[in-house]
Amino acid sequence: MNPNLEEIWVYLSTSPLLGLTLTLLAYQAAFWIYKRVGFHPLANPVLISVAILACLLLATGTPYQRYFDGAQFVHFLLGPATVALAIPLHAQWPRLKSMAGPLLIALVAGSLTAALSAWGIGALLGGSRESLMSLAPKSVTTPIAMGVAERIGGLPSLTAVLVISAGIIGAVFGRGVMRRLNVSDHAVHGFAIGIASHGIGTARAFQVSEQAGAFAALAMGLNGLITAVSLPWIMPWVERLFAG
Amino acid sequence: MIAALTLLLVFQLAGEVIARALALPIPGPVIGMALLFLALLIRGGPGEELRQTSGQLLQHLSLLFVPAGTGIVIYGDRIAAEWLPLLVALFLSTFLALAVTALVLKALTHRRTKPTTEAGR
Repeated sequence: MNPNLEEIWVYLSTSPLLGLTLTLLAYQAAFWIYKRVGFHPLANPVLISVAILACLLLATGTPYQRYFDGAQFVHFLLGPATVALAIPLHAQWPRLKSMAGPLLIALVAGSLTAALSAWGIGALLGGSRESLMSLAPKSVTTPIAMGVAERIGGLPSLTAVLVISAGIIGAVFGRGVMRRLNVSDHAVHGFAIGIASHGIGTARAFQVSEQAGAFAALAMGLNGLITAVSLPWIMPWVERLFAG
Repeated sequence: MIAALTLLLVFQLAGEVIARALALPIPGPVIGMALLFLALLIRGGPGEELRQTSGQLLQHLSLLFVPAGTGIVIYGDRIAAEWLPLLVALFLSTFLALAVTALVLKALTHRRTKPTTEAGR
């Protein structure tokens, strides 16, 4: 490498500018592809962006932490974006209120299925205890899942990766599953994808319709709430039950 | 836009303070969302600026998950060692959660409300 270029690289690789710009560029590229293929769910923009960035980090030997020093400015916006979910929620309030009972029952059924099936399937296939406990909260929004994983004996940062994977899976295949189950109501579609795939599912649901998005946001919030409260006492009990 | 962003951050901040003061296991932004929702119920709805700013933020919600998702590079070794249980559990469990939630909700709401469908893409 010519010394001048090397100097530029040394500057760029230590400045937060590069991580931030690369994140936005990767997303622009991913969104362009997504649009080109007519918003086909397999071309999920989160999936493609992460693939581009992971390849770049591995190819250049850049530590994740150094990348995140720049990318954290994007990551930070998750907070205000979560608060902003109150607006579509408010717009759908009349419909939400009329469905309150069924929504609560579906919430409990879906939330337990999400956590216990992840743990059970992982256990059947010989996953380690740390991995199983990182899998259990995989369907709830990242900050809650990381906190829950820490309390039940999982690895919080592995949980973050599993949460995002579950989100991408739901965003990619959610619509196909709903079609197979003959679900045409956007409220049901949104609520199910919010339970199984939290914020990434919610982002996808907003592309289907505002109603689907609002129900997904509600499901994500409620699932986070009951998972945070229930998993720390359910998981030790489940483990004891199957340990013998 | 700045006023709306400030409002969102104020609610997030209030949520964080409440979560910590009461030692709640729920993240601050989720409490902030609940607080803003209550405020909207009382006020009767968001103003035009808040509606537009939050619409723009939520339109590209996917982007905000990219930095955390890229964390996958740290776990190459563990994922290589345990790829089968992790992958199968992720896929099957996500499908099961989707199906159980949708079927329960569909069965419970089927006769009571008429589904409204909008043109999706």
